[in-house]
Amino acid sequence: MSGVTLFGLCGAALVGLGLYGLICHPGVLRKILAFNLIGSGVFLLFGVIAKRGGGALAAAGTGIDSDPIPQALVITGLVVAFAATAIAVALLLRLVEVGGRGTLEDQAPASNPPHQGPKP
Amino acid sequence: MSPAWLAGALDLGGDLLVVPLMLPVVGLLLGLGLGGRHLGRVALPLMVLGLAAALAVAAAVFKAGAPLHYALGGWAPPLGVSLKADGLSVVLLLTSALVVLAVGIYAQRPFGVAPGAVETRSSLAFWMLLLGVWSGLNTVALGQDLFTLFVALELLTFSAVPLVALDGRAETLAAALRYLLFALLGSVLYLLGAVLFYGTYGTLDIALLAAAIGGADAVPAPVLAAASLMTVGLLAKTALFPLHLWLPPAHAGAPPAASAVLSALVVKGSFFLILRIWFDLMPMLLTGMAAQILGALGVAAILYGGLLALRQARLKLLVAYSTLAQLGYLFLIFPLAATSDPAGSTDVVTGGMLHLVSHALAKAGMFLAAGLIAASLGQDQISALGGIARALPITVLAFGLGGLALMGLEPSGAYLAKSLLDGPAAASGQWWWGLAMQAGGLLTAAYLIRVFYHALAGFSHPPSLKSRPARYQELVALALALGALLLGLLPAELLGLVAIGRSGVELGGLP
Repeated sequence: MSGVTLFGLCGAALVGLGLYGLICHPGVLRKILAFNLIGSGVFLLFGVIAKRGGGALAAAGTGIDSDPIPQALVITGLVVAFAATAIAVALLLRLVEVGGRGTLEDQAPASNPPHQGPKP
Repeated sequence: MSPAWLAGALDLGGDLLVVPLMLPVVGLLLGLGLGGRHLGRVALPLMVLGLAAALAVAAAVFKAGAPLHYALGGWAPPLGVSLKADGLSVVLLLTSALVVLAVGIYAQRPFGVAPGAVETRSSLAFWMLLLGVWSGLNTVALGQDLFTLFVALELLTFSAVPLVALDGRAETLAAALRYLLFALLGSVLYLLGAVLFYGTYGTLDIALLAAAIGGADAVPAPVLAAASLMTVGLLAKTALFPLHLWLPPAHAGAPPAASAVLSALVVKGSFFLILRIWFDLMPMLLTGMAAQILGALGVAAILYGGLLALRQARLKLLVAYSTLAQLGYLFLIFPLAATSDPAGSTDVVTGGMLHLVSHALAKAGMFLAAGLIAASLGQDQISALGGIARALPITVLAFGLGGLALMGLEPSGAYLAKSLLDGPAAASGQWWWGLAMQAGGLLTAAYLIRVFYHALAGFSHPPSLKSRPARYQELVALALALGALLLGLLPAELLGLVAIGRSGVELGGLP
């Protein structure tokens, strides 16, 4: 099995694991981590594609053995994923502080009835 | 005939496209220095300039009869990144500029800081986020590279999510978090699709990709996978029927000025990308199952959203569920365009964009009006609206006119949109799409009449108001609703603007 196939399969496995976690886990922190897992799988795929494209560049005698564009895209993608995680964690922290819960399940704890009536 | 500034702007050609991208960013940078106290007042002139820039781009595209192009740094697509303004871009640019300006005027009261008053954190946050949403939308409208569009989409999401939780109550924080989780799943699926496109063709430029896909005999498997991943991801962000769970609590819990932007513009940004992918990137794939599935989901959204709106007890939730239903209409254009001849398909796209604009204006007006009613009464239970039409006549009129525009009464934009969609539906024998539109119109009328019934009753006993809305706020909501209602009076030549850049097909027969 070549390195490209192996890493490609690893990427697919990471995306699958992350997707399972994002959909099936009730805890928001776990969902955020699962999102990061999917992100890692996608970024790995970027790397695989850079390497594969590099094969063609090297064969053409350019002296380059990896495609630089996916690498540049990954850096932007990492920044975006980092920002997304930061926003999600900030919202979650505030939710725990104000609402006293770390899940998005509909049943609220008895001590904290949901605000549905008229606003004060 | 055109004023001097417009004539000067038209000479700029493609360089003009930089202006709508720059203006919101200038506002964001100024905001860092000025703070919330002054940003609200500085943002207004920027928004007026933004509307002028969008009008100038529209005039330039209309006059040239062809899309405007701009290559960043002078590098053409295989190496660089390009911007393009075609008919679709112009519609999105104009709509966002109009709604953002209206919301900017409205929000002077809830998010402005009076001289001498203590500045709150939500004031700075609101203006920065509003400018962020505007910046994201303009980039979505003009970007021609799948990765640029990804960044634009993220800018839009990251600005929209905190808008939901501006008041910091636990329920709005939960709604924002749920929205963010759906949106993040959408982004990562979109990115995965973009990687697959790059891996297959070695480019992310829409025009180059379209040429490569169109030139091949068979569509490669990665392209099919990428198309499905990107579409599902964008559907999650657009809140089409099975992926809609986040929308009603998020849109109903946000402050009214934010709800208006979220419902009118933010969900349209991701819809716009679905349109770009299917119509510009791979029009040849649209004929298959995919178009029928998208249409069926649209019908499900129309019926489900309409029925749930009927059952809501709160006014803002009713308006939010109505957004779900109205988004469904936009997806009917996929099956209708796929089965029509070129002229019919241009009609369908024009009708779809007209519906997008009409819904944006009407829904923004209705959310602003509903917000004024809720603020004046201190609550927004529909059954307790009695006498409000006497206490706040202009606000209720704005809500009502917005509602008439949504129902699709003549001469509203939605009426013209439906007649543009009905022709091809009848011509291709697909009467069921037309039936879905009629059923949706009936449901819209039913849930709005329920509101009117309560609002117009109890005329002799107007309720005592906790506070009065400012007159200019009422007039902004009224202007938006009137705009949606009178959109159908646009001359046919202007409607042809939408078709510019759509593979050179002239707009077919108008009703």
